[in-house]
Amino acid sequence: MPVSLINAMPRYAPAGLLFTVILAISALMPQVAELQNVNQVLRQTAVPAILAIGVTFVVITGKLDLSVGSILSCSALATIEVSNSVGTAPAIAAALAIGVAVGSLNGLLVAYLGLNSLIATLGMLSVIQGIALVHTDGANIVMNDLEAATWFSFLARGSVLGIPFPAIIVSLLAVVAGVLLHTTTFGRRVFAVGGNAVASAYSSIDTRKTVFLGYILSGGMAGLGGVVYASRVMTARHDSGVGLELTVLSAVILGGASLTGGSGSVFRSLVGVMIIGVMQSALLMLGLPFYTQWIAVAVILIVAAWLNVISSKGGMPG
Amino acid sequence: MSAVERNETLTINPIHRGAIMGRSATWLKKNSIWAVALAMAIFFSLQTGFFLTSFNIANVLTQCVVVALLSVGLTPVVISGNIDLSVGATVGLTACLAVLLQPYGLTVALLAALAAGALCGLLNGLIVEKTGVSSFIVTLATMSGIRGLTFMGIGDVSLSATDDRLNAFSMLALGPVSTVVAIAAVLIAAVGFILRYTIHGRNTFAIGGNRRAAVDAGIAASRHVVGNFVLCGLMAAACGIAMAANLGAASPTFGRDYELLAVTAVVLGGTRLQGGKGGVAGTLGAVVALTILRNGLNLLRVSPFYIPIIVGAVLIAALIIDRKINGNALRHGE
Repeated sequence: MPVSLINAMPRYAPAGLLFTVILAISALMPQVAELQNVNQVLRQTAVPAILAIGVTFVVITGKLDLSVGSILSCSALATIEVSNSVGTAPAIAAALAIGVAVGSLNGLLVAYLGLNSLIATLGMLSVIQGIALVHTDGANIVMNDLEAATWFSFLARGSVLGIPFPAIIVSLLAVVAGVLLHTTTFGRRVFAVGGNAVASAYSSIDTRKTVFLGYILSGGMAGLGGVVYASRVMTARHDSGVGLELTVLSAVILGGASLTGGSGSVFRSLVGVMIIGVMQSALLMLGLPFYTQWIAVAVILIVAAWLNVISSKGGMPG
Repeated sequence: MSAVERNETLTINPIHRGAIMGRSATWLKKNSIWAVALAMAIFFSLQTGFFLTSFNIANVLTQCVVVALLSVGLTPVVISGNIDLSVGATVGLTACLAVLLQPYGLTVALLAALAAGALCGLLNGLIVEKTGVSSFIVTLATMSGIRGLTFMGIGDVSLSATDDRLNAFSMLALGPVSTVVAIAAVLIAAVGFILRYTIHGRNTFAIGGNRRAAVDAGIAASRHVVGNFVLCGLMAAACGIAMAANLGAASPTFGRDYELLAVTAVVLGGTRLQGGKGGVAGTLGAVVALTILRNGLNLLRVSPFYIPIIVGAVLIAALIIDRKINGNALRHGE
């Protein structure tokens, strides 16, 4: 293969993989490709997709955010409680505020206090989930008015011109985030800090501020994810988002982002989310139990990361 | 770097009094978590008379064992610059095997569990070394893969022991020290010995400190890294067996989220996540401190719902304090 093609491989491998997965699945199981099921997959993947958009920024700066699942639980709880007592618009504001607050706390710990991001956000995961547990006493919090077709339930359940509305939300967010990451100075700084923090600092980039803002984005997106989650399920628990951080991280890695930082893209992270979502749907349709999904994710994750390593080695002659 | 420092302290004549003082001061500085554990023990024994009873000490020791086996096994992997997130899943698999295969004889069941643990470690190590994919990603994947295979083989059920001897053996105790605690102590000491006094241990520190330099110095890095993953898998199997023995039962969900407990203990114990620095004593101290904290809070009738908040806050606080004491050592290395 010519060097330029090998160089391009990591960039297009995730989309190619998704295309192959979809082709293979729709050839073998036509029912997966039916419109109704496609819409179902789009609805199911909306929440992890929103989280993945934010986490992508953090991963590109070379850090991790394991607290997004717990942030989602908290913000989903806040959405339902506040809309039960005050109203829906303040509820969304509260959910976003929680996400941004926890994100800035993460940013403070990692960027300004210099803590290891894996451990610091792991600690936050535990603290936030614990706060949600103490607050709810482990109970389910349910929306008062389940039947009303309000604009709030439209967020995750409605559709426009046959397209599920959550998919439209994800697309809009992805476009904004993509523009932010790929065309603005902030976006270029994100890549620079992840690529080489020391060199960035010498180029008078405020590396701490860049990492800090990345965490705020990630937290804010998780807050928003909680709103969409609450709209879809209309109920929340302290452990609603447990394990989601690992699914989202797997999706971002599937999208070819390097854990050492400096590479990744919003679009490819969403492709990663879709790969996992399509595969889960197909395995469920085959009537296979839930744990076969875990095995499939394991295999795909390792193979994708391996292809990434091979192509980045082969692409750098000398 | 730290391997060199370690050798220097070892060559000092131990008869010299100042050197002994210096060595214990260095040890305490490196393993300050033991001082924290001691302070907590004193605090809780002043707060509640029940803390220092033989029954409660036995309880604390038994609770320590499970996480201690796991975290101590993880320590060499982290020192060599890797991480293993699949240990919790390995605990689930091996606990199930240790119970499921009891009809074929206890020895078969225990050997199968240990072999499965070693195999999981070997798989992790070989994938990491042969593909060059970071161990974080590989073991994130095998974490769900191993868990999925366990569910596939056993189903979503709970297994109960058919052979009472394992449970009966675990009940034997001399004072507060049960047989499980004694065996775990031997295993933990063995890992500590391997890390400090063998060529494999020395090379592990060297690889974690600077892998390229270690390879240039003729160290077969791959072999040592894979070896540490196998060791970690074996210790996870020991943990699974201990859980199965204590409870006389097993289920595929055993050990869920334990990887996070283990990583927490390793880091709190002063092992550096980038590798090259750390030790078993610190990890063990962290496990003891965390267990005393949980136990003490229980005795003071703090709602168990508060425990994740307190443990998470302690973890973050410990990191910040460590950062203040050790200064800017990592600022350029991040």
